Amino acid sequence: MADPNGKGNGSGEPPVLEISGLRLSYYTRAGEVPAVMDFDLTIAKGESVGLVGESGCGKSTVANGIMRYMGKNGGIVGGTIKFQGRDMAELSEEEIRRVRGKDIAMIYQEPMAALNPSLTIAAQLMEVPMIHEGVSEEEAFQRSFDMLAAVNIPDPKRLMDSYPHQVSGGQQQRVVIAMALLSKPALLLLDEPTTALDVTVEAGIVELIAELSKESGASLLYISHNLGLMLEVCDRICVMYSGEVVEEGHIDSIFSWPKHPYTHGLFGCIPLPHADKNARPLAAIKGQLPLPHQRPKGCYFGPRCESFQAGRCDADHIPMEDVHTDDDPAHRVRCLRWNEIDHDAVVSNETTREPIEVGDTVLEVDNMRKYYDVKESTLATLISREAVRQVKANESISFDAGEGETVAIVGESGCGKSTFAKVLMGLETATDGEVRLDGTDLGSIEVKKRTPEQLASLQMVFQNPNDTLNPSHSVGYQIGRVIKRFGIESDPAKIQDRVHKLLDTVKLPRAFAARKPRQLSGGQKQRVGIARAFAGNPKTVIADEPISALDVSVAAAVTELLMDIQREHRTTLLFISHDLSAVRYLSDRVVVMYLGQIMERGTTEEVFAPPYHPYTEALLSAVPIADPEVEKRRIVLEGNLPSPLDPPKGCPFSTRCQRKVGSICDDEPPPVRLDTEGHSIACHIPLEELREVEPVITIPDRDLEATT
Amino acid sequence: MPQLIMRRIGMMILIMLTVALLLFLMNEGDPRLIARSVLGPYAQDQQLDAWIVQHGYDRHILVRYVEWIGRVMSGDLGDSIIYKRPVNEIFWDRLGNTGILAGVTFVVMVIVALTLGVLAGMKEGSTQDRVISVFSITTTSIPEYASAVLLAWIFVFTLGWLPGTSSMTSGFNVVELILPVMVLTLYGFGYVARMTRASMAEVMTNPYIRTAMLKGLPYRHIIMKHALRNALIAPFTVIMLQINWLLSGVVVTEFAFGYKGFGALLLEAALRRDIFVIEACGTAAVFVAVFTQTIGDLGYTYLNPRIRFK
Ligand SMILES: Nc1ncnc2c1ncn2[C@@H]1O[C@H](COP(=O)(O)OP(=O)(O)OP(=O)(O)O)[C@@H](O)[C@H]1O
Ligand code: SF4
Ligand code: SF4
Ligand SMILES: [Mg+2]
Repeated sequence: MADPNGKGNGSGEPPVLEISGLRLSYYTRAGEVPAVMDFDLTIAKGESVGLVGESGCGKSTVANGIMRYMGKNGGIVGGTIKFQGRDMAELSEEEIRRVRGKDIAMIYQEPMAALNPSLTIAAQLMEVPMIHEGVSEEEAFQRSFDMLAAVNIPDPKRLMDSYPHQVSGGQQQRVVIAMALLSKPALLLLDEPTTALDVTVEAGIVELIAELSKESGASLLYISHNLGLMLEVCDRICVMYSGEVVEEGHIDSIFSWPKHPYTHGLFGCIPLPHADKNARPLAAIKGQLPLPHQRPKGCYFGPRCESFQAGRCDADHIPMEDVHTDDDPAHRVRCLRWNEIDHDAVVSNETTREPIEVGDTVLEVDNMRKYYDVKESTLATLISREAVRQVKANESISFDAGEGETVAIVGESGCGKSTFAKVLMGLETATDGEVRLDGTDLGSIEVKKRTPEQLASLQMVFQNPNDTLNPSHSVGYQIGRVIKRFGIESDPAKIQDRVHKLLDTVKLPRAFAARKPRQLSGGQKQRVGIARAFAGNPKTVIADEPISALDVSVAAAVTELLMDIQREHRTTLLFISHDLSAVRYLSDRVVVMYLGQIMERGTTEEVFAPPYHPYTEALLSAVPIADPEVEKRRIVLEGNLPSPLDPPKGCPFSTRCQRKVGSICDDEPPPVRLDTEGHSIACHIPLEELREVEPVITIPDRDLEATT
Repeated sequence: MPQLIMRRIGMMILIMLTVALLLFLMNEGDPRLIARSVLGPYAQDQQLDAWIVQHGYDRHILVRYVEWIGRVMSGDLGDSIIYKRPVNEIFWDRLGNTGILAGVTFVVMVIVALTLGVLAGMKEGSTQDRVISVFSITTTSIPEYASAVLLAWIFVFTLGWLPGTSSMTSGFNVVELILPVMVLTLYGFGYVARMTRASMAEVMTNPYIRTAMLKGLPYRHIIMKHALRNALIAPFTVIMLQINWLLSGVVVTEFAFGYKGFGALLLEAALRRDIFVIEACGTAAVFVAVFTQTIGDLGYTYLNPRIRFK
């Protein structure tokens, strides 16, 4: 990705964007919120700069500040933003309007929300050149059409006349990208452009962004919390902490020699391919981001820093300093002690752990099916009288899980993961087959008919803690209620005692029992969700994307927490996720699902090494890895997930498969081939051939040696 | 869409037939009462019975209902007991008059309500917004008869600009429409305006408005093209219901200004049990109600592509 002449120093051209000493604030009833402090950033022509940092550190605020669009209560307090040499503060409203969308364009996180639901895609695209360049309708149409083709939309003609809700999320984001590129902007701001998308879709979009920016020569400011993505798109990277840049430099330099303890901490939170939950657990950064008006004196990172030195770090505001490396003269860092810290020595989490021994089988899923009836009332179905159709949300799912074991269920959205969880929880009943917990079939017992013991033995941690905590009750009350309902304790004092113990377990202060959910951060809420799930001593816990809504550091902490509790209680953990890095890190066995069917199943080592199912192979390739030394084979899937109402007749993956052998894949369901006792692959390609496939990810030897 | 329209129209006919049946049962359920109101209070029982047999009122109510529906469909609304003339001769004139009043009011009211609603919602919390909101709440809470008196006092007695009655005795006169229209508009616009304001304010916080801003579109263009359509979806149904309210709700205003409209006719007929006039008026009112509701729903569906293409 590195662009040798794109660094902005040396080449004679003036930078596209030059921000210095920028200060941005919001004004709320509680007073001024200084969201961004003393922010400097220079972007050269054609350069891609990544802006990374925890949620709330001010990344979006910077992007909005550049656009001079700070909402009703925001404003620029100080500093300058120069765009193509012009001071943005001096432009009139009318001039700034002409810059927006023409010279600087923005791409957002939620493409569906960013598009107007009641205008056709054509209308929303065409207005850009019509307004900014005054071109005729015909020309605007032609340009929009060409641009849609350029962002690899298969059928631009049909898409032009569609409304946003009629196209998939990935295509919506392509439309937004096309919209941004229509008037050939000099600078593109991308605010988490793929966070709302599935991994395989994300991989396609990221590739597109990287390609297009190269072609069009536009400069990029790429905002993300995902360091792995940065590696695929950016030349340079700025790490932001609490409103200011704490480290910046060339991407290789930052990834290989991060100097700031915060940057270093971020890397420690990511489950890289060679991380190991027992030998080298993730190390979350302690504490949390200070609120903008509660920043400590001296170094803002001080309270969370392992190398904090009283008297020095908490004295004056820390300036940026050059790190003079030969490879990257532009590497700068905001830390007094960057020179003194030996990062290899400061591994905060030295602990290694005993692997959990997997016990007897606790959960058995045997040929479970879940079909939904979908009523249709289109004219065609009225005539053909086929008014009820079936969605096969889960098709013969079989696997089992032992005591203390972690089984991951992996797949993109719509693959049936959540349906499966619902059946387990009794929110739906299985259409066929059995789900046995300790020998009792729970698949046909709905939640209302389950005994308290059955309920207690199977609990769930949800993706979004906001949706599951009752906002009007205190945390302690909500956990206590579960304890009472499951008959664990009935004496109020004992319940209280147990609530406190649970809070200890999830590492929250006991005082939090009195708090309402809104007084907690996202990670804290998720801990409460975990405490609640474990309140009834469950045998099995289903964690449905428990960390995907959380920041890297918080996610690392929650992941470790889940495993600690699991170790202690020997809980069986079903980990539902699309994040293969996390899956690889914490699970013992993996089930890969696609359109409701199991594609591959085996131990983690087996699934992550050849022979792969072609879908597993594509998933593996799609996951961004924040390690420049890891080599990855690129496979970008075309097309979208087929509608579950109308699945392919043969192999469910046949519409997108990169290794499709021919019409047999379209017409006949693939056989399930057994590689070893526990490792099976459902594919028409013989195992011998699949074994020949090269590994998707190659980890350099250095790391292999380090972990073994 | 065509399928939806067909279904809606079917629904509409069904509802109308049902309500008409209720109306019919209430008015003609007891044949003696009809005979009584036709023949007057001094008629004797035998006379009543004879009349009932003679006019076929001894047959089953449902048979009569079907027959009545048939007659109404063919345009025969019966005779007015009071005026001793076919209902047709009075009814359509009156309905037409109200139609004019309601039509003019509707146009004026919708324009005023939408403009003010959009202006207020565009910049939520601004002075502009607050002035408009206070104004619309105030006018809505003044009842029609009060504002009729108040406006008459200002424009008729103090300024002398407008005539005080709207009976149109010397033929149709637009000037005579002004006061009733004003009264109705003042009373009715607030509701639509507040709906529009809320809807507009909500739309303006949507991310796609930010997208439009950051695309560099001029503010006017954003309001007209991106915000308005979405903002009008919610008030649309309310607007259609206003037609309904106008037809039945004009009674007070028509009375206040002596305007010879449908509302006045209905009131008169109800007070004097003029059965066929009541039935005609009732049927018309039901028709308008159901029809506007249907148009409202269809319009809502049309404006909102997320529903349209389901
Ligand atoms: N409209 C607002 N009013 C008041 N405070 C705000 C407003 N918008 C953002 N903030 C505050 O400003 C700080 C920076 O927010 P910002 O949205 O820029 O963070 P971010 O880095 O983009 O986070 P994320 O990764 O979650 O998108 C936060 O403390 C946030 O709470
Ligand atoms: S300045 Fe001190 S507290 Fe801040 S990052 Fe460096 S060592 Fe840590
Ligand atoms: S069966 Fe065919 S389409 Fe399905 S995964 Fe194997 S090769 Fe691909
Ligand atoms: Mg943000």
